[in-house]
Amino acid sequence: MNKFTLHTGIAAPMDRANIDTDMIIPKQFLKSIKRSGFGKNLFDELRYLDEGLPDQECTGRPLNEDFVLNKARYQGTSILLARENFGCGSSREHAPWALEDFGIRSVIAPSFAEIFYNNCFKNGLLPIVLSDETVEQLFKEVAATEGYQLTVDLERQLVVTPAGEEIAFEIDEFRKHCLLNGLDDIGLTLQHADDIRAYEDKRKQQAPWLFGAIK
Amino acid sequence: MAGKTLYDKLFESHLVRQNEDGSSLIYIDRQVLHEVTSPQAFEGLRLAGRQPWRIDANIATPDHNVPTTERSAGVDQIADPVSRIQVKTLDSNCDEFGILEFKMNDQRQGIVHVMAPEQGAILPGVTAVCGDSHTATLGALGALAHGVGTSEVEHVLATQCLITKKMKNMLVRVDGELGIGVTPKDVVLHVIGVIGTAGGTGYAIEFGGDVFRNMSMEGRMTVCNMAIEAGARVGLVAVDQTTVDYVEGRAFAPKGAQWLQAVEAWKDLVSDTDAEFDEVVVINGAEIEPQVTWGTSPEMVVGVGDQVPNPANETDQVKIDGINRALQYMGLEADQKITDIKLDRVFIGSCTNSRIEDLRDAAKVVEGRKVAENIIQALVVPGSGLVKEQAEKEGLDKIFTDAGLEWREPGCSMCLAMNPDKLGNGEHCASTSNRNFEGRQGFGGRTHLVSPAMAAAAAVAGHFVDVRELIK
Ligand code: SF4
Repeated sequence: MNKFTLHTGIAAPMDRANIDTDMIIPKQFLKSIKRSGFGKNLFDELRYLDEGLPDQECTGRPLNEDFVLNKARYQGTSILLARENFGCGSSREHAPWALEDFGIRSVIAPSFAEIFYNNCFKNGLLPIVLSDETVEQLFKEVAATEGYQLTVDLERQLVVTPAGEEIAFEIDEFRKHCLLNGLDDIGLTLQHADDIRAYEDKRKQQAPWLFGAIK
Repeated sequence: MAGKTLYDKLFESHLVRQNEDGSSLIYIDRQVLHEVTSPQAFEGLRLAGRQPWRIDANIATPDHNVPTTERSAGVDQIADPVSRIQVKTLDSNCDEFGILEFKMNDQRQGIVHVMAPEQGAILPGVTAVCGDSHTATLGALGALAHGVGTSEVEHVLATQCLITKKMKNMLVRVDGELGIGVTPKDVVLHVIGVIGTAGGTGYAIEFGGDVFRNMSMEGRMTVCNMAIEAGARVGLVAVDQTTVDYVEGRAFAPKGAQWLQAVEAWKDLVSDTDAEFDEVVVINGAEIEPQVTWGTSPEMVVGVGDQVPNPANETDQVKIDGINRALQYMGLEADQKITDIKLDRVFIGSCTNSRIEDLRDAAKVVEGRKVAENIIQALVVPGSGLVKEQAEKEGLDKIFTDAGLEWREPGCSMCLAMNPDKLGNGEHCASTSNRNFEGRQGFGGRTHLVSPAMAAAAAVAGHFVDVRELIK
């Protein structure tokens, strides 16, 4: 898994609540059996004016000039600023894959849908929850300054604005540890294989009907 | 000390390990796999040289992009090459690892959340995951069921465990009795309207009260299915005789002495009377009307007798923007009557409403009537091959086709339009599915979520109509 330690990059404002995973990556692109290559179809229906098809070459498709990531000043965006309940809807991990493939490293919002939030950490993407007021302040600052960049310091749990203001954020210790070190969850869990086996033996006693039934 | 909620009991009885940082490792009894969110997980196992921890905990079926038209020639008949590869990949992964799969033309094939309980693969008291957010459906059996992402699918395959955090407890209690023509779908849409699409985030929701006690298992599945549309990963209903009766005799359910032992163990799968919930929402069932969503989020829902909301009545700017954007996308006017919304297509199906009772409800409404002229297409897509067979035994297929609806093969179909069943740009659809997001049922498509009875009524009227007028 990709590490996340310190990142500085252009921030872009996605000024709408409840951005769902169908919006982040529409279903026609979920047919791929790979993990990569979803970036060109990130926000496909918002980003392009025509209907996107799987396996289609995207250079040359008509762009929606009003869409924030298409604007000249937000080229190279790596930090998304969003409103509440970002990532709601389906469990598709293709959503963080698409964000990551596009070059997004962090999403800042007042709240996230749970499954999406979870999925981000498995893919080196850092979702940051800040208060409504702070997010609103960042929206204003981004709008006011072209080339506005934020720094995200995971070790110190800070978002740093160009003016040097340091905004603290909360994150679960275990997730932080995994992200900082690029650790693979499965490897970590398998270190507890004895615990799992012990539980399983107990479970077999309690609910024998759950073993060997499906075949 | 206060008693335990059903969620607390399920969680605690599956705890393998409490990590120092507050996260928990819980054991997963069952995993259901489908073609869209599993290929990368199997690939991950292979790349790391890992084997599944326990083969007999898994069951698979393709559903999201199987065609629902004639498909007797098998997978090679799938026209879209990308879909075909995905379905074939599931087949070959299951074959390679020895996982039981109901392949596309197996009669037991169906939408994951319809197939799994139907087979008794999901039982009361189990933990279950599936790479699909509507896994919450399975909570109707008193099982702790989570929708997970692909990395977690791989994690569960490899370790039989999930790293998670204990959620908070919410009780949604609906008391009283439902009116005639008001179905489980209306109840859950109404609940989402009350608590909002993010209202359940961080919670496991238990549905309690007379309305759920008196509801069939299939109705409870419809309700739990949409817990995720209120933001909750988990929906639950306590186990009672209805649950036990539903499970008895199913293919993978316990038999003989084990059956008696299981039924005894399941008696504890209720919240203790003195359990404390972090949040309680109480709704009077008698006040719920047949519901229709007008916007692009399931919380944008009103009764069929109501009007499309007017942003001028709101004060919160994010909300006003949301309403305006939805009105524009949906091509609706503020204050327009719901019954004035004209429809182009009707879809009866999806993991929310494709079980036999749903089909019976819809058939009752269309029987002896005809689909309205302005409806381009009205689809009925059963949730599994077994549902289809049962419906045909009861002659429901005939009622539908006589009325001008199409009778299809089982799958997700127009719920998310990964197969050829989709809406055209700007078309309005009365749909029994669970998501009305922009583009969900096709590029530019406009989805209105309703119950099967309301969808059937809309099909014959050509616009929304209060189903109670048709079944008087
Ligand atoms: S029917 Fe729709 S919501 Fe249900 S599993 Fe299929 S695509 Fe998902």
